[in-house]
Amino acid sequence: MQQVISPTTALAQQTPKRIRIAWLTLLGILLVAVIGALLAGSYSVRLAEIGQVIVARLTGEPLTSTLDTIIWQVRIPRILAALLLGTSLAAAGAVFQALLRNPLVSPDILGVSAGSGLGAVIAMLLGLSLFWLQALAFLGGLAAVFLVYSIANLLHQRDPILMLVLAGIAIGTVLGAGISVVKVMADPYDQLPGITYWLLGGLNGVSMAELSWAAPLILAALTLVYLLRWHINVLSFGDEQASALGINVARSRWWLIAAATLMTACAVSFSGIVGWVGLLVPHIARLWVGPNMSRLLPFSMVLGASFVLLTDTLARSVSQLELPLGVLTALLGGPFFLFVLIRSNRL
Amino acid sequence: MTLILHAQQIRIGYKDQALGPAFDVQLAAGQVVALLGPNGSGKTTLLKTLLGILPPVSGQISLLDKNLSDWPSKHRAQHIGYVPQALHSHFSFSVLDMVLMGRSAYLNAFSQPCASDQQIAMDCLAQLQIQHLAARSFTELSGGEQQLVMLARALTQQPRILILDEPTASLDFANQILVLEHIKQLKEQGLAILMSTHQPEHALQTADHLALFKQGTLAKTGPAAELGTAANIAWLYDLSVAQVNQQLFLSPR
Repeated sequence: MQQVISPTTALAQQTPKRIRIAWLTLLGILLVAVIGALLAGSYSVRLAEIGQVIVARLTGEPLTSTLDTIIWQVRIPRILAALLLGTSLAAAGAVFQALLRNPLVSPDILGVSAGSGLGAVIAMLLGLSLFWLQALAFLGGLAAVFLVYSIANLLHQRDPILMLVLAGIAIGTVLGAGISVVKVMADPYDQLPGITYWLLGGLNGVSMAELSWAAPLILAALTLVYLLRWHINVLSFGDEQASALGINVARSRWWLIAAATLMTACAVSFSGIVGWVGLLVPHIARLWVGPNMSRLLPFSMVLGASFVLLTDTLARSVSQLELPLGVLTALLGGPFFLFVLIRSNRL
Repeated sequence: MTLILHAQQIRIGYKDQALGPAFDVQLAAGQVVALLGPNGSGKTTLLKTLLGILPPVSGQISLLDKNLSDWPSKHRAQHIGYVPQALHSHFSFSVLDMVLMGRSAYLNAFSQPCASDQQIAMDCLAQLQIQHLAARSFTELSGGEQQLVMLARALTQQPRILILDEPTASLDFANQILVLEHIKQLKEQGLAILMSTHQPEHALQTADHLALFKQGTLAKTGPAAELGTAANIAWLYDLSVAQVNQQLFLSPR
């Protein structure tokens, strides 16, 4: 039996070198992204000054300077928002891709973005405050997925996954039409530009107050998904096998969809609709670290955070006029995705 | 001989639509039952019903001394291992990860396989002489290797019953023999085995009992030596005895 035992212990101990290199590279990218985002902007500062401002605030003696305001009330909230947005979209994408057994789905496959979008544009049409815009965006996203999930359950077909996706497409289409109706009804001078801009997605003007209620919800959902990571692996083999392997499929899937929806809806409520991250990031992460959620989930989260932070920094520094983040993620994401596909030549 | 799984007067099907009349199934330790029947007769539906994935339309199935539907899926999976037909996955898990999935029945919702689970997975791979594949990607394996990995996955569940859906389909000649030999060995270890197959000669070589499945019901069941006649095979597949005899060398009764 000796020769049986040795490969096991070897396998248990080794984290393949390739994966360690991938992690080191990724953490390097994240560090560069954070520093770049602190430095970038029309008010130019040096790294040492930023260090002073941050240390002063952390030691309880905040400096009263313009720089302190810019760092703590503009750049840091925005960095945190970008990190939260990227983390949630990537994690939700990884979860949905495994649950729906398709590496090409995105977190909005069940209509969460369309629902959030409709909620937000209704708030803008009615001239409600920013708080209500976020609240309606959040509730719209949750309601859309709840509706999709209920319809799929009612259909009772043999393939519940297919029913979920089809119901998601149908409800997403209806909600998308609803958004168009709101745009037609909106005042073309006062309201329409704001609505259009929100739908393009971005982190312009995000504040700590907005993040303070979204962040705990996102972190709770991320924790749940991470704890259930082994179940996600097993569920990616389909309902029958997962059930034969001893998983309570209906219950696990419900919790995972609820958590992935919650984090997406929270993110959309402060960022608007930012596409491509949830599709692209888990896909690339899978090429680097493989499909096992124990590795894929944390790697996707950090990769998503880094990608969104870099893209957002680019969006606000590439020209005088800030580009919408959602436009830039699509502009970079599409071609990069094709590049990865051609290079890897496999899904 | 201890009965492990016992289905009494069950009718199978989807959504209250029974495929055929009621029948009994018995699986005992150290016994291989081969399920033979034409395409579309409902063999896979029967396997899913006996796995507890699909409820029977009527009748009762007991696993050990308890109703199958009363078992929580986790505990049920500690008794029944399943080897499905050709697997399509978009995700290239390593062989070791694949086999470790079989340990899910022993894990809590929030826990991960630990070193002892890895040891069990490696032992099961070693038992099938494929431990050298552990670090390979499942999707890059040949059909025969994939089938053995799926068998290893079911074995890590440490089940008393193995249910195999056409374990030799789409395998080359050598791999068919290899898989059947492993099935015989597992039987010697005391497992109750139910396998569906399209090849009567595999059923006759491997099985103690035959279960002839036709039009949604178990039409005939009995010892392989008695039931495995050209007449029965001809009846099962709507062929003439002469047609069967041209292909197989069976007792003519």
